[in-house]
Amino acid sequence: MVPLSYYLILSGILFMCGVLGFLIKRNIITIFMSIELMLNGVNLSFVAFAAHWHQLSGQVFVFFVMVVAAAEAAVGLAIIIAVYRTRETLNVDQVNLLKL
Amino acid sequence: MFHLILFLFFGAICVAGAVNLLVQSHPINSALSLIVVMGALAAEFLLLGAEFVAAVQVIVYAGAIMVLFLITIMLLNAGKEEQTKGSRVALLLGVPGVIIGAVLVAWTLLSRSSMDGGIPIGALRGSPQGIARLLFHDFLLPFEVTSVLILIAIMGAVVLASRPEAVARGPRKDR
Repeated sequence: MVPLSYYLILSGILFMCGVLGFLIKRNIITIFMSIELMLNGVNLSFVAFAAHWHQLSGQVFVFFVMVVAAAEAAVGLAIIIAVYRTRETLNVDQVNLLKL
Repeated sequence: MFHLILFLFFGAICVAGAVNLLVQSHPINSALSLIVVMGALAAEFLLLGAEFVAAVQVIVYAGAIMVLFLITIMLLNAGKEEQTKGSRVALLLGVPGVIIGAVLVAWTLLSRSSMDGGIPIGALRGSPQGIARLLFHDFLLPFEVTSVLILIAIMGAVVLASRPEAVARGPRKDR
């Protein structure tokens, strides 16, 4: 028996690591990976609550989160490629203009 | 007891991978440690009984999405992260802000100890059959909407990643 709060604390730690990476990282791809880490932390709490309340729909919601994450990864990486093509840098500090 | 040991083992792998993602300065090392986090999370899902979600986590997340990341890193030849003045400001403001946020989350979780029942190993078996019944019956409309979302994402990715002059010129007519 593992208490529900252990799972929630693990998911909170993962989410906070994602937030920290989002804030302190300067590489646009690493920032994007931090967002994926946050989504993974949320998925863990979805599954833990599903087991706690005996509701299978919590696990179905993980699928929707995964679909959104896959769509987001495809579009986001395409945007990163477009940014790199126009500016030739991946450092977010140097991407400070909307239009060249 | 055995369940708790397994939980702590895979949880420690998860946290170590997440911290390694933050510490590494080369994006490819960060991507590989993120794959470790996702694999360990799949094991945690298995402990909770969500078999199908664990399989999909490995196939879609650790397989498809991370391969997309790795290919982009290799395509753009991303090098080491440069440290600039902005990164020091972000470190000074970000770390205290995240600590405050973590304290808030932990306090909220621990103050709700009344709902804190233990979860036995494999508490709720998420078999493909049960999930499919929910997904194709109760959640049919959201499921169809996500297919539209995927279609739009595919078209968006193709348009964004193609060269700008190719979009302006339109489809090639010389063949």
